[in-house]
Amino acid sequence: MSETHGRATLPQPRGPVSTIVRDALLRPPHDLPAVPDLTGDGPLTDDDLQLTLFLCYELHYRGWHGVDDGWEWQPSLLALRAAAERPFEAAIRALVGPPPAVSPQQLPAALHEVTTAGDGPSLAGFLRGRGTLAQFREFVAHRSVYHLREADPHTWGLPRLGGPAKAALVEIQMDEYGNGQLHRMHAELFRTTMGRLGLDTRYGAHLDAVPAITLAGNNAMSLFGLHRRWRGALLGHLAALEMTSSLPNRRYGDALRRLGGDETATRFFDEHVEADAVHEQIALHDLCGGLVSQEPELTADVLLGASAALALDDLFAAHLLDSWAAGRSSLRNAASRPAGPLRVTVPGVPAAKTKVAS
Amino acid sequence: MTAACPWQGTVEPEDHGTAAPAAATITPYPDGPLVVRGDFALTTPDGRQIDARRRTVALCRCGKSTMIPFCDATHKAIGFRAGNPPDPAAPA
Ligand code: FES
Ligand SMILES: [Fe+2]
Ligand SMILES: [Fe+2]
Repeated sequence: MSETHGRATLPQPRGPVSTIVRDALLRPPHDLPAVPDLTGDGPLTDDDLQLTLFLCYELHYRGWHGVDDGWEWQPSLLALRAAAERPFEAAIRALVGPPPAVSPQQLPAALHEVTTAGDGPSLAGFLRGRGTLAQFREFVAHRSVYHLREADPHTWGLPRLGGPAKAALVEIQMDEYGNGQLHRMHAELFRTTMGRLGLDTRYGAHLDAVPAITLAGNNAMSLFGLHRRWRGALLGHLAALEMTSSLPNRRYGDALRRLGGDETATRFFDEHVEADAVHEQIALHDLCGGLVSQEPELTADVLLGASAALALDDLFAAHLLDSWAAGRSSLRNAASRPAGPLRVTVPGVPAAKTKVAS
Repeated sequence: MTAACPWQGTVEPEDHGTAAPAAATITPYPDGPLVVRGDFALTTPDGRQIDARRRTVALCRCGKSTMIPFCDATHKAIGFRAGNPPDPAAPA
């Protein structure tokens, strides 16, 4: 695989457990040594815990450079992952609280309610109004952990579903994957935006720069996607993303336009205004509605997954806005932050001859 | 709050709904857009083709989208209420 599309480069460890796991991964699969306890408090912002989970989960996606693929199902690594998932899962449940008792028929209304309650901090509003180019680049670096593999975690749901929910998930994912055309795939649109911003576009390139809360949002998707028992939460998570996308993406696009981004740079955001207005309807009524018509006992899990997506995104937004309000970067290392102006294409000039906007 | 899908459970699972043999389907979603699927063409009043850009499209029903004819989710911001579509199972 090329560096562009994966494998990812192993990130630096962030504590005793991720150090043990990272060191082990560089050797052929073997039983891990005993590791220190993972039940510290604050799992969502615990760098060692979140990176450990990320190291384990990536083995199921595109893998790590220099790491034997046999690690994916190595029993002691899976046991360690399960030990790390327990406090993570408990923290997610504590964050969202018990989901309200809702009947399958009431699920669309309940999802509409949670996704429009909107008491979280508005990252999109801030970026549109007064975000700087440096802040916008940081935002994109954080988001790249997900968007360069956009839709992949939810695709784990496909073989676990049948009937109307499966048809609905395929209908959404077809669009996420550009209907099979590389240049229309949402992950590729995001890569183009990153390139315009002068950011490293390789898969996983910004892992060392992002804090635990960014990893936690991604790890939640992997947790829901990789466990069949969490399929209800996985679909609820996707519905929450789709239902809170069109309006913010309009603002992100406006922010980038204000900062000098051209049509190519903003295409990812513009595409999502339109696409997710469609996906929202499918996700709410056909996907989640379809699931609970077949498996009504999953109604509470769908709501839990949606609430988890929203609550983790609120924590993520708060981290960025608080960092910026304090005059700090929201990233961990300054090295990954590019400076300089945006790249634009001059109309009529081949893309290779790009020039730098002033 | 939107109502629960009003047509939920009205489609017989065996026949995948009576609309399946049609070339295209148009579905009014509760308090939201018209979702169009299948083999269709979108055109301007003078017959020029509008690029749909995806296989399934959502057409604005509230009139307030900034991307007419497509829905851009503005209907939620303005609290659009469409009322319920007629129940196909009900006698005429
Ligand atoms: S129906 Fe969605 S914007 Fe009008
Ligand atoms: Fe997308
Ligand atoms: Fe989407």
